Formats: sequence, structure tokens, C-alpha cells
Amino acid sequence: MRPILLVGHVRSLTKIKYNRDGDLLFSVSKDSKPCVWFSHNGERLGTFNGHNGTVWDLDISYDSKRLLTASADATMRMWDVYTGKELFQWRSAHKQAVRVVAFAHGDRQAMYVTDATMGQKCKIHIVEIAENPEDQDDETLTIITVPGSKVTVAEWGALNRYIYTGHEDGTLSMWDPESGELVKSVKIHDGQITDMQFSKDRSHMITASKDHSAQVVDAKTLKVMKRYETERPVNAAAMSPLRSHIMLGGGQDAMRVTQTDARQGKFEVRFYHLVFQEEIGRVKGHFGPINTLAFHPDGKSFASGGEDGFVRVHFFDDDYFEFKYPEEEEEE
Amino acid sequence: MPKDPKTGLSKGYMFVEFSSPEQAEVAIKTADGIAMDKKHIIAVNAFDDIGKYANAPEEFKEPARESFVEKDHLRGWLLDERCRDQWVQMRGDEVSICWNNASVVYTSRSDPPEVAHARQNWTDSYVAWSPLGIYLATFHKRGIILWSGKMDEKGDQGKTRFPHPNVKLVDFSPNESHLVTWSHEPIITPKGEQHHIIVWDVRSGVQLRSFPVEPSSIKNEPTGPGARGAQPMKIDWPIFKWSHDDKYLARLSPGTISVYETPSMNLVDKKSIKVEGVVAFNWSPADHIISYWIPEAGNIPARVTLMKMPSREIVRTKNLFNVLDAKMFWQNAGDYLLVKVDRAKSKTKTVTNFEIFRLREKDIPVDVLEIRAEETVDEIFWEPKGNRFAMLTREGTTNAKLFVYFYEVQTAATAAPAAKAAETAAGGIKLLRKFEPKNVVNRVIWSPKGRYCVLAGVSKPQSPPLPGNLEFWDIDEMVLMNAGEHYMATDVEWDPTGRYVASSVSWWHFQNDTGFCIWSFAGQNLVRQNVATLKQFLWRPRPPTLLSKDQMKNIKKKLKDYSTVFDKVDAKAANQLSQEAADKMRRLWNEWQEYRARCAEDYERDYEARVELFGFDPDKPPQNEEEEALQEYVEEVVEEFEEIIS
Repeated sequence: MRPILLVGHVRSLTKIKYNRDGDLLFSVSKDSKPCVWFSHNGERLGTFNGHNGTVWDLDISYDSKRLLTASADATMRMWDVYTGKELFQWRSAHKQAVRVVAFAHGDRQAMYVTDATMGQKCKIHIVEIAENPEDQDDETLTIITVPGSKVTVAEWGALNRYIYTGHEDGTLSMWDPESGELVKSVKIHDGQITDMQFSKDRSHMITASKDHSAQVVDAKTLKVMKRYETERPVNAAAMSPLRSHIMLGGGQDAMRVTQTDARQGKFEVRFYHLVFQEEIGRVKGHFGPINTLAFHPDGKSFASGGEDGFVRVHFFDDDYFEFKYPEEEEEE
Repeated sequence: MPKDPKTGLSKGYMFVEFSSPEQAEVAIKTADGIAMDKKHIIAVNAFDDIGKYANAPEEFKEPARESFVEKDHLRGWLLDERCRDQWVQMRGDEVSICWNNASVVYTSRSDPPEVAHARQNWTDSYVAWSPLGIYLATFHKRGIILWSGKMDEKGDQGKTRFPHPNVKLVDFSPNESHLVTWSHEPIITPKGEQHHIIVWDVRSGVQLRSFPVEPSSIKNEPTGPGARGAQPMKIDWPIFKWSHDDKYLARLSPGTISVYETPSMNLVDKKSIKVEGVVAFNWSPADHIISYWIPEAGNIPARVTLMKMPSREIVRTKNLFNVLDAKMFWQNAGDYLLVKVDRAKSKTKTVTNFEIFRLREKDIPVDVLEIRAEETVDEIFWEPKGNRFAMLTREGTTNAKLFVYFYEVQTAATAAPAAKAAETAAGGIKLLRKFEPKNVVNRVIWSPKGRYCVLAGVSKPQSPPLPGNLEFWDIDEMVLMNAGEHYMATDVEWDPTGRYVASSVSWWHFQNDTGFCIWSFAGQNLVRQNVATLKQFLWRPRPPTLLSKDQMKNIKKKLKDYSTVFDKVDAKAANQLSQEAADKMRRLWNEWQEYRARCAEDYERDYEARVELFGFDPDKPPQNEEEEALQEYVEEVVEEFEEIIS
């Protein structure tokens, strides 16, 4: 594998995402400046300047023209990808940090989640996205107050029928975005859910958790179908769009790194076979815990962002594609 | 006391009322049967008894026959077909007893262990095995429960309760006939004393006797009159030391060794042994002999003494001069006693030497071994039932050099002809090997059968973790068989048969990477399991074999025949398991394919809704206005040649 090292952020990475075509890679970090790079060679196009605090999350519109970012400076901002200009800003009512952001399918709506700080409960806000950015206003369509444990990850389900949220106590919930009601909630992890990524058709998702495991969950029933165990908190998990593989990234909490032996740092991305739940490989390289992972939409490469401030882009070798279990061979 | 009006003498009886029923019981116990004078004996009875006996039915009524309830086979686990051993592990709140499948050839390294019994919240604090493995002790607020046999939760079978509120420590007698428990919370006896220790009979669950704590045993001072109950005391546990056959238990108080005999729990000969200045004592692991040492006092030199019980005959004593400190190490068959003596060489330097008592020889000769002055002896480890011991020493303080020594105590068969059985025989201890270990070694753990040992660098609490190096040695051949590593291992334990070694990391010391590894006796890693929050990993001990020496000889002769039978069984099971594994993989794959097919159907069905939402089919995006042209530079090697320029 020949990895490309993307150097540009000065603080640890919080989230990376490819756009739908896969030619661009967006990254946000604690240094308040989101970056966008060409994914095939790692060349940086530019940064989006404006935020005043850690940027926790991002999402890209279907046509890759607009970018939404969520930040600890209590704003969700929309940017023009091509020019880097800030198009609009939503401010959280009580100066709570915005932790999660996501475009709805069709990009007519978006949601952002504010943190449970400043004496407020965690809230999910659903806003309308105007077709012409100049007509954009900050009117909120629905606000869902989350009564229990706060939301750490959130996504729109298939056809925007439901919003899925992962919580600090390991619960996975389904909400109706129109009525704001909680439809279903299941505690699937014993620790905070740190990542939630859907399959391409949104029928199932993979959740990563601080309880050292990741699980594959069916979206309709919230039933856990697969489980992958590790010995470290898992910070990120993703499913390959091409093969039946998943990858996990994690590592010791930054505070406790000194307690472990350097070579025991376990700063590697681990690959498991999705169906057989067996580990099939590891990729080392990060100097700190891995915070975020993303597969390229074509499944031929992937990117990882770490606590060390680096983004690494890896391209799979031929033998990755040739490696098959006997059962898989028979299918072909 | 009522008096007969006619004779003026007492009627011969009186009624006494006490302020509490406990006091009345004490009175009955102590006074009943006491001789008042030559001709008269006092009889004391409880008042209620009179009514009970007066109203007893005239006719004999046969008591009801209780139906026979078959008890669990207490040694049932030893009857395992595959001769596997068990261990108990405590993971978080769950305690489970598992079978060691490491001998089963086909289990993968990461398969979870096969569980024999498991229960959540089986104990409040920790668990302990009895010395012969029959009982598992669990701690609860109200006392200890011993589990045996099938370890069934329902019903009282196989469960014996020992009520001792807030019990914290437990100790078994070597043959599991008695139990000693300790609690910080004292029990107030009828006499008003505060007792912390209770001695029990295991089979019946009856409390035999309770004891207070000698103030000299308490390691920290209570901070005030009422503080005793509040502050937990630090003590050296076990306070009572048992003789090898459970007949006696003894404890030390300043200048006294008190020896009690079971089951009466009375002092042997009704008095303790007075030994002025005694500091420490030990029982021989095989005989009724107590070893103790007394430091120097004025003109009287220090001495080590071996005393036989119950006769109190002193079988051997040796005077030692200029002694600063001494420590006794018995070999586990009672054949040898090694006393490590630290002497003052000069004002700042100490020098160590060993006095090795040979218990089995006539007159118990003592061999003396001098240790190099530059080295401090850290620990001694006797080979079980053997005549060899290992020693760890340190030279220097900062960046200390570590040394490992192996010595053999030569018997008449192995001794050089010049050695004589005298007090200063120097030729009796042979140095087998001395070397500097490559990695930190702080413990030598011998196999229970002898011959093999593990040199380990064990991590201790409140100290930085060590890489957990394990070296597997064969001491007969004096060769290192294999070396392994278990990062941060806090415990290393041989299984009772000497086939396997388990290293574990306990969550009580380190919160990360807890788990255990099982190694073969030759150092091959068989199992490596990460178990989150693993608190304890203890092999289940085995009782001594019931086979006679001849029977064992026979089996060793016929070992080849037995092996072929076992190999056949293993091969058959291996085939079956690989078949099962293959079936499982197929099943998983098919299930997943079915699921994906169902999801694909749903996706198809939602096509219309999707198109409406996006305005087009999102899987077939509209063609972009312009496509970005990417320039790619490709290097192609056209020709390659080598030219040697002379």
C-alpha cells in the first residue's frame, strides 16, 4: 500500500469524509479550519476560514457544491465548496456547541445537533436548505429535545423517513423528523457510540463504541447482526462499498497513552471480514489514536485521520482484491 | 436460697436469674458438673429445661425417617474424560469456573474458554480455592460460603455457610478440614471481648473458637479510643499457622508461641510455649516440627531452633553471631530448612549467608553457604519436593545488576566424599549455575512436580509495568527451553499437574490489557485471551493422587499404549470440529446473502420515492456540465543498461 500523508491540520482530526464522487476528501479538526483535498494525489485545494473553535463534524451535498460544518463555536455554517466562501450561519440559541451535522437526502433539509451544555438539554434541529443560498434563512422546522443521554452521532435514514442517533450511553435511537417523536431506542453498546456510518443503500449501519467493540445493525429493526471485538476503545468504523469488509480505528484515550508501551500503542486501522467477523489485516502508521475513518466510494482506497493531526490516504494493493474466503470464491 | 424450715439446712437447690440469656449459658457451661466438695457435685440446668423434660411424652415416638438425598461427588471434576484442569476467573462481577482446553489440539487460540459454572455477583470481593481444590470460597456481607460439587445455586446441597459479618480474609487448613476467617468488624463475646478471628470446622459449618487480635499483630496504631472499629487494621495474614495435617494451629505473640490442637481448640498441654524474644516461627510442611528464631539479646547470641510438637523436645538448635535479621524458608516436603541470615560486616555493610538444615539426616546437620558481600539476596525459591533452590540477588542500588543462582543441596548419594556431617560442612551445597538474566527477573516459579521453572519479571502494583518476560527452564538439563512475553503480567501460576503455566494481568493492578495467556511447560504459547476487567485467574488445586507408587510406575511403563488411544480420540474430535467450523462459515455467508437480497428488494421498491426526493435517480446522476481533465505523469522505463567504466 502506498499511503499519502496529508499535512495541513495543526490539531487532532475530528472527521473526514469523501464527497459522493470520491474525488474530494474533506477534513475537519480541532484547529477550526476545515480543509479539502484531491483524494487521488493529496493536493490541498484550500481551507474554509471562519470558525472560531473545534470543528466537530461536516457533511457534503450530493452535487459537492455545498459543505456544512458543525463547530464548538456554537454555529453550523454552510460553505461554497468551489470558492471557500461562507454562505450562511446558523447560531445555536444558547451558545451550545454544535456536534453533529448532516444533509438530508435530496439536500432540501439538514439537521444539526447541539450539545447538552449551558444548562440546556441536547437538541436536534431540522432546518430547511434553500435552493438559492441567498434566500437561506435560519428558520427551524423542528426541534427535538433529547431527554436522556446526549447525542454523539446522527444520520438521516433511507428516504429521510427517520433520523438515527447514537448516544453517550451506548443507545441507538430512531426519531420521526416530522413529529419529533422517538420511534424506537435500543441500548446496543456499553459505552459511548463514537461513530455511525451507513451502507450505501442505508439498509444497515456500523456503529463504533468506546466499549471496545463495533457492531453492524439493521436500520429497520435496530437489531444487532454482527459484532467485532477489540481491546481498545473504537473511535471510528466504516463498511467497504466494494467488498464484505469493515475497518475499525481507535486507540487509547489521549490522556492515558503514556501508560502503555510505545509499541503497544495499537494505532492501527484494523480490517475485519464483515460476515465472518474475523480479523483479516492491520495497517499501521499513525502516531496517535485514530479518530476518523472513511472508505473511498469506489472501495479501492481509504483515509484515516488521527489524534496526531495527520490524514493518511491508502490505496489497496492487488492482493487485497484477490483475497477471498472459500465461500466467497464459490459465489463468483 | 430456700431453707428447709424443719432442719434449717438448705434444700439443696436454688434459682439464679441472670441479666442476659448469653450469661446464663456461660454459667451453665462453666458451673455444671463442678465438684463442690468431695461428696457433692453441682448440677446447673436452664429453667426451661425442667419444663421440657417434665412434659416429655411417656411413650416412645419413633422419629420420622428422612429420605436419602444423594450428595454431589465432591471430586467430580477430576473425573473429566480428557483430564482437563479447571481454573476460576473473575471478570468484572462475573465469576466463572472454566475448563482448560489447551490440551485439546484443535481449539484456536482465541476461542473463549469452555465454562463449567458461571454466575454473576457470585462473590462480593474475591474468590479463593481451598488447598485441595474441593471448595470455592466466596465472600459476602454476612460471611463466607463454601461451594462444592456441582456448585448449584438452588438448594443447600454443596453449599456451607459461615456467618462472619463483613469478613475480609480467609485461610484454609492444609487438608481443608478447618477454616479461619477474619473481619475488621469485631464480634463481642459474652465475656465482653472483641474477637476478630473465627476458626471453623469445614464439614459441619460449626464455629469452633474465636480469637481476639494480639495488639502486637496490628501494624498501624488506632488513632483514638473509639477509632478501632472505624479504621481497618493492617495485619500479617494468616495470623494462625497450621501444621501439615491440620492437627495443630499456632500463632505468635511477643515471647510466646501458642499452639492449639484440633478439634478441641485447646492449648496443647494447657499452656503456650514461652520463648523469650521469639520473632518468627514456621511449621515444617511435613512433620510436627516448629522452627523459630530469636535475635540477639545482651550476651546471648541469636539462635534458630527446631522444636518437636507436642513433646516440645528441641531437636536442633544453632547459635548465630552478629545477626541483624533472619528469614526461614522451608522446602515443601520438609526435607530442608534454609535460614537466610543477614550479618553486619561493618557499620554500613551487611553480608548474607545461608544456614541449611538437613532434616532427614541423623542429628540434622547444618550446611553453611556464604554469599558474595557485594550482593543482596532478594528471594529464595525451593524446588517442590526437590533438593534444589533458586536465588535472586542484586548488586548495587541504581542500575542494579541482577543475578540468578541455582543451587543443589547434595545428598549422601551426590555429596563429595570429603564432606562431613558437622556444623560447618561447606561442601554440601553445589552451585549448579549462576547467570545474569537478559531481562528483569523478580520471581522463580517452580512447577509443582519440580524440574521445570519459569523465571518471570512480574509487574507489581504501584510500580511501572514490566514487559512480562517469561523464561522457561529445564533445571535437570540446565537449559533455557523457550522465552515468551506477557506484557504487564501480574501473576504467573503453574497448573496443579505441572503441564501448563498461566500468566495473567489483573484489573486490580492495571486497567488496560487485562487477560491471560496459557503456556505449555516448555514455553509454547497455547492460548492468549484478552478479558476486559479480569480480576483473578486461579488454577483449581488438585488433591494428592490416590495411586500407589507401584501403580504410577506401571502407568509410566505403559505410557505409549495410552498415548495411541488418546491420539485416536483427538484426531476424531479434530475432524468433527473442522467440519463444524466449515458449516458455521457457510451458514453465516448464506444468511448474509439472504439479508442483502432482502435489502436490495426494499431498495427497488423505494425507487419512485427516491427519484421524487432527489428530482432524479441518485444512482444515475445527471451528466456534469464539464469534466475536469486530470494530468497524469507516467514514467516508463524504455531501456536499461549497465556500463562498466574501467
